[in-house]
Amino acid sequence: MTIVDEPTVTADEPTPPPKPGWLRAALAFLRNAWRGLTAMRTALVLLFLLALGALPGALLPQRDLNPNNVVTYISQHGWWGRLLDKLQFFSVYSSVWFASVYVLLFVSLVGCLLPRAFEYTKQLRAKPVITPRNLARLPHHSKSEVDGAAEDVLTAVDGELKGWRRIRREESAGVHTISAEKGFVREFGNLVFHYAMVGLIVAFALGKLFSYTGQVIVMANGSTWCNSGVLQYDSFTPGLRVDGTDLDPFCLKINDFAAGYLPDNQPISYNSDIEYQSGSNLASDTWVPYDLKENSPLRTAGDRVYLISHGYAPQFTVTFPDGQVRTGVIQWKPDDNSTYLSEGATKFDPPDTTDPDQLAKKQLAVTGLFAPTAVMSGGLISSTSPALTDPEVSADIYQGDLGEDAGTGQSIFTIDQNMVTEGKLDKVASANLKPGQSTTLKDGTRIRFDNVQQWVDLQVAHDPTQDYVLLFAVLMLLGLITSLTVKRRRIWVRVTPADQGPGAGRTVVEIGGLARTDQAGYGEEFGKLSARLTDAARAPGRKDD
Amino acid sequence: MPVNEQIAQYSNWAYTSAVAVYVLAMFLYLGEQVFSRTRAKSEMAEMAEARELVGAGGGGISIVEPGDPVDTGRPGDRPLSERLGRMAVALTVLGLVVHLLSIVLRGVSVHRWPLGNIYEFMSFFSLIAISAMLVMFRRFPIRRLGAFVLLPVLILMFLGGTVLYAQAEPVQPALQSYWLVIHVTVVSTASGILLVPGVSSLMYLIRGAHDRNPSRFARFAPKLPTAATLDRLAYRTTIFGFPLFTFGVICGAIWAESAWGRFWGWDPKETTSFVAWVVYAAYLHSRATAGWRGNRAAIINIVGLAVMIFNLFFVNFVDTGLHSYAGVGS
Repeated sequence: MTIVDEPTVTADEPTPPPKPGWLRAALAFLRNAWRGLTAMRTALVLLFLLALGALPGALLPQRDLNPNNVVTYISQHGWWGRLLDKLQFFSVYSSVWFASVYVLLFVSLVGCLLPRAFEYTKQLRAKPVITPRNLARLPHHSKSEVDGAAEDVLTAVDGELKGWRRIRREESAGVHTISAEKGFVREFGNLVFHYAMVGLIVAFALGKLFSYTGQVIVMANGSTWCNSGVLQYDSFTPGLRVDGTDLDPFCLKINDFAAGYLPDNQPISYNSDIEYQSGSNLASDTWVPYDLKENSPLRTAGDRVYLISHGYAPQFTVTFPDGQVRTGVIQWKPDDNSTYLSEGATKFDPPDTTDPDQLAKKQLAVTGLFAPTAVMSGGLISSTSPALTDPEVSADIYQGDLGEDAGTGQSIFTIDQNMVTEGKLDKVASANLKPGQSTTLKDGTRIRFDNVQQWVDLQVAHDPTQDYVLLFAVLMLLGLITSLTVKRRRIWVRVTPADQGPGAGRTVVEIGGLARTDQAGYGEEFGKLSARLTDAARAPGRKDD
Repeated sequence: MPVNEQIAQYSNWAYTSAVAVYVLAMFLYLGEQVFSRTRAKSEMAEMAEARELVGAGGGGISIVEPGDPVDTGRPGDRPLSERLGRMAVALTVLGLVVHLLSIVLRGVSVHRWPLGNIYEFMSFFSLIAISAMLVMFRRFPIRRLGAFVLLPVLILMFLGGTVLYAQAEPVQPALQSYWLVIHVTVVSTASGILLVPGVSSLMYLIRGAHDRNPSRFARFAPKLPTAATLDRLAYRTTIFGFPLFTFGVICGAIWAESAWGRFWGWDPKETTSFVAWVVYAAYLHSRATAGWRGNRAAIINIVGLAVMIFNLFFVNFVDTGLHSYAGVGS
C-alpha cells in the first residue's frame, strides 16, 4: 500500500558523488526488497501463510498442550511422524518457520503503517480538492435551478454542510463552488486498528518472556502452601526471562473441597474453601477467606490461582508390632474422570529405623484401587459415582525395599515394579477395606483405612502484560468498527447565476458526489443530502427544521 | 434444578417442525428459480440495476428484483415464480418462528442459556444464518439465493438433530459463567451471519464464470442476482459479521483467562478461530488490492466460511482440546 514517489533529481541539485556499482546494486536490492515486503500483495500472501502455518497446530497434537499425544502420534506414524517432528510440526507456535512468517508480517505491517500515518496527518491539513469541471460525470449528481441570488444560495448550502470539512472557492466571475469532505475518521480507525495490533503482538511477546505458570497438588485439609519458590511446585513453566526467584509472595490455606453432582454423575459444581494472605497480611499473618471455584480464580499479589482438578487421598494408619503408630495420607490419581476410581500408593517407613538393611526389609506400601462409591463384582472393585458416598479401598500391601534410595525418581502413585520382580518387595496381604476397617499382617503390623481426604490441583499463573493485551484488543475492535462503518466521501456544489435565457436572475445549483470507499453505498446518503441542499438553496435564509 | 422433560420434548418437536418448514421453503425457492423466465427479462432487470448502481437521479435506492415485472399489487397478476418466491419467504419466516420457539423451550426446560452443547449451538447458528438472510432480502434483490443459504443450514440442522444431538442437560461447572451467554452467543451470531457472504461469494463465482463465458452454467447462472449485487452483498455482510466475530474471540479470551488460567493457549479451537480471523482479514485486504478483487476475494471469503464451519462444528472431533464440550459420545 505504500506508494512512494521516486525522488527525481533535477539539474539544479548537485549530483551526488557516484557510488561504487556494488553498493548501488545492494542499495537497490534493499530498496526493492523493502518495497516488496511492504506492498499489500506481500502482506496478503504473508497473511495466508500465517493462517496456513497455524493450522497444523489445530490438527496435530502439540507438545505444549499434550506431550503424551505427540509421543503416541510419532510412534504410530513412523518416518512421517519423525519428519514432522524434525520440521517442528509438534510445536508450531515456537517453530522457526512460523516465527519467520510472523516476523516478516510484522515488519511489513510496520513498514506499511508508518508512511500511512504520515500521509494521514498530511491529508488532515490539506484543503478539500478543487471541484471537478464536469460534475455530471461523477457517480452521484444532481442539478436544479432555484430562485434567489447566487450569494444567498451559496451561504444557505454552506450552512447545510455543517460538520463537513469544506472550502469555498470562486471559479470565475459569479461562479462559486464548495468542496466538502467527510469521513477522515475512517482512516484514523484503520490506523488505530493496525497500531493496536502491533501493540497487542508486542504485549503478547513480552508476556511470554515474563510470565510463569505452575501447578501444585495440595491436601484440602487445612494444609498451607506458599508461593516461595520453584521447588514448591509439582511442575513449573517459566517464561524465557523468569529464573524462578522473586516469585510474587503469597500463601494459601486449603480448608475444604466439595463437588456437586447430578444423579447421572455429571458434575455441576466445584468449590474449594480457602484462605490466603499476601502483601501486608503476610507480615501480620492475617488470613482472608475466599471461595475458590471454576471460573472464579483468586487474584492476588499479581498472580492468579485456579482450581484445576481434584481427587481423593485415602488415609491409612499403620500400627507396627512394637506399638508405634504412623499415619499416611497422599493423593491417589483418578483413573476414570467419570467415576473417580483412583489408584495410588501410600508408603511408610518403619519407625525408629535408620539402618538401611532393616529399612530394606520393613518398608510398607499400601497400593491398589480406591472407589468413592464402591461396588464389588467378581472380586473386582469399581466405582459408580465420583461422589464420596460409599468409599472402599481394594488394597495390596507390599513389604520390603521400596527402592527409594536407588537414586531414580519414583512415581508417587505406584511402587517400583522392578523391586517386586527382583524379589526385594513382596505382596504380603490383600484386603478390601471400608473406612474404619483394618487388616493385620503376619508379623502383627495392623493397617487401618481411617477415612478419605480430598486434594485439589491448583494452578498459579502470572502474566504481567495480559491487561495490556486486552486493552490493545479492545482498541483493535474499536478501530476495526470505525474503519468499516465510516465512509470516506466528498461532495461538491457549484452555484452559477443563470444570467441568460428564460431563467435569468435565478441560480443553477449543481451537486456532485463521490465516495472514496469501495461498496460504500453512498447513493442513498447522497440522495438525501442533495435534496436537503437543494431545499436549502430554494429557501435561503429559512432555518431548516 | 431438574430438566423439565415435557418442555424438552416440545422443544424437539418444534425443532423438527422448523426443519420440515425450511425444507418446504427451500423447494419453493428452487421452484422460483425453475419457473422464472431467464435471459431477456433478467438482463433488462440487470440494466435497471446497473442504472440504479450509478445512482441516476441521485434518489434513494429502490430495489428491483431481477426478472420481476412491475408489481401491480394483485396476486393474480404475479407470475408463478414470483408467487412461489413470496410463499418461500413466508414459510421461511414461519420456520424461523417455530425454530426460535424450539430454542426458547430448550432454555426453559434446562433452566439455562440454550447454548451448552453442539446441538444447541448448531440450532442457534442456523437461526442466525436464516435471520441474516431474511434481513438481507430486504436490502438486496437476492431472493433467488434462498435455497442456497437454506441448503447448508438444513444439512447442519439435520446433523445437529441426529448424529450430534445432545440431551437436554445442565452444563458442567466450567461452562457455568455469564461468559457462556456472551461469548458463545456472539460467536454463533457472527458465524451465522458469515454464512450469507460465503454462499453469496460462491454464487458470485458461478455468476462471474457465466458472465465471462455465457455457455457456462447457462441454465442456472442467469437466474442468479448480478455479480455486482452478489459482491456487494458479500462485502456488506462480512463487514458486519467480522467485527462481531472479533468481539466474540476477545470475549472468549477473557473467559479463558478466568476459566483455564490463560487468555490464549493455542487450543485447537482457538487456533482455528485465529486462522478464520486471518482469512477474513485477508478478504477485507484483498478488496483493497489491485488484482485481488472479484474472484480471488470471493474465493477467500468461501475459504473463510469453510474454516469457520470446520471450527464451529468439527474441530472438536479432530483433536480433543479444552473446547470439547460438545456433549457428544459421553
